Amino acid sequence: MKRYSVFAVAREALRYHTGWERAWRSPEPKRHYDVVIVGAGGHGLATAYYLGKNFGITNVAIIEKGWLGGGNTGRNTTIIRSNYLQDPSAAIYEKARSLYETMSQDLNYNVMFSPRGVIMLAQTEHEIRGYKRTAHANQQQGVQTEWITPERVKEIVPIINLHGPRYPVLGGLWQERGGTARHDAVAWAYARACSDMGMDIIQKCEVTGVRTENGRTVGVDTTKGPIDCDKIGMIVAGNASVLSEMAGFRLPMESVALQAMVSEPIKPCMDVVVMANTVHGYMSQSDKGEMVIGGGTDGFNNYTQRGSFHHIEETVRALVETFPMVSRLKMLRQWGGIVDVTGDRSPIISKTPVQNCFINCGWGTGGFKSIPGSGWAMAELMATGHSPLTEEFSINRFKEGKFIDESVAAGVAH
Amino acid sequence: MLILECPYCGVKAEETELAAGGEAHLKRYGPGSSDDEFHDYLFMRENPKGVHFERWRHANGCGKWFHAARCTMTLEVFGTYTAQTSVPTQEILDKIAAKRPGWTWREFSDGQK
Repeated sequence: MKRYSVFAVAREALRYHTGWERAWRSPEPKRHYDVVIVGAGGHGLATAYYLGKNFGITNVAIIEKGWLGGGNTGRNTTIIRSNYLQDPSAAIYEKARSLYETMSQDLNYNVMFSPRGVIMLAQTEHEIRGYKRTAHANQQQGVQTEWITPERVKEIVPIINLHGPRYPVLGGLWQERGGTARHDAVAWAYARACSDMGMDIIQKCEVTGVRTENGRTVGVDTTKGPIDCDKIGMIVAGNASVLSEMAGFRLPMESVALQAMVSEPIKPCMDVVVMANTVHGYMSQSDKGEMVIGGGTDGFNNYTQRGSFHHIEETVRALVETFPMVSRLKMLRQWGGIVDVTGDRSPIISKTPVQNCFINCGWGTGGFKSIPGSGWAMAELMATGHSPLTEEFSINRFKEGKFIDESVAAGVAH
Repeated sequence: MLILECPYCGVKAEETELAAGGEAHLKRYGPGSSDDEFHDYLFMRENPKGVHFERWRHANGCGKWFHAARCTMTLEVFGTYTAQTSVPTQEILDKIAAKRPGWTWREFSDGQK
């Protein structure tokens, strides 16, 4: 792999950019791999990367039915934060956030991590108490957040309307090192690094069956033929239930559509991420100038990657209250992704009833921010059978009643 | 926009008039049941990519609960039917079979696969 650098840019500029090579190979699948990862989204690619980097396991195939990073990895609002209340969530999300800090250098790929700061607005008395509690918890957990006053909110976000018609802004939970990153680049960066380690990324190849013998997984059937493997990692977000059925077990999970949209590009007006959970909308400004807006989930099961129109209306209404200046913006694009929501809205990173078959799913509406941490922990679990970061996220917690009492997914009242 | 016909008041209601109630025909376990039964009843879901039986409430209408059969892949509605049944009616099964030949579903008697 040729490294990207300022010298490479200069060299290619002098020869009409004829020397760039493909970022990753697209080989045909081999007959056998040590590990097969199903799903080449951010989480799948990150898992593969850390299997190679931390544990030296490089005989790995990453199988993707569509194209790389074309699912929820390319459909989110790119927010990165780790201001969670409960210890297990804060641990894995802070691990992820800290890995984002150095990702561009580690992977030699500009993922445009921008720690611009994230504010979660408190607009009711309950939220004030809740966020103050979270700020205290975060101090104990070593996550840097603080409670800020409405005046400070206005200072950070001049375009905000503190005295909205329904809910005034009463303060906020501020994470200064939260922010955004380029979501596609995260997938591409991991893919390039995986390919460089000799892993095979196989796109347009759908898994049609999971083969098991005596309760152990032995391989997968795909549209490009059967592939044998010693271990399998299922990391397919909204399609987790479909895949788990192939392996013969059910999940405490439902798939629903979550929507997002972007406006026409405008001049820089907001250099932080703002989440307003009571009125339910969140917004940031991309480097291109588009306002990136996240909405709510539908109430019913859905695999169509498009959501209900009335949710767009509700989201936009909330944002117009909070930021009156956006009222005349035109929306450019709107899309939906299928998020996998578990019974307690926290993820599952776990062994399964099938031996050597591991599952990483249930990230719901909070998947992007967790990609490096999730991959790190999943790789550790798959390689060694144990990871301190995943202990609390076992699939058995529903049976044991050890729920993670936190609407982890987005911290948003869906 | 999703439109379901309420089998009680006959109104063709769009989704803002309705409240989704999740997977239908779960067997409700009571005292004396095992941990596994409670676990499956409370948390385990079919979550199919395809035909889904689900509960809805005509919340901003007559207020009654009813059942619907819908495809989660296409949002096609096969029909709605009464809440006074613990398994899908033959009528709705026929409607689905007409549009999805060869389609099968789990055993309904025990709420398990």
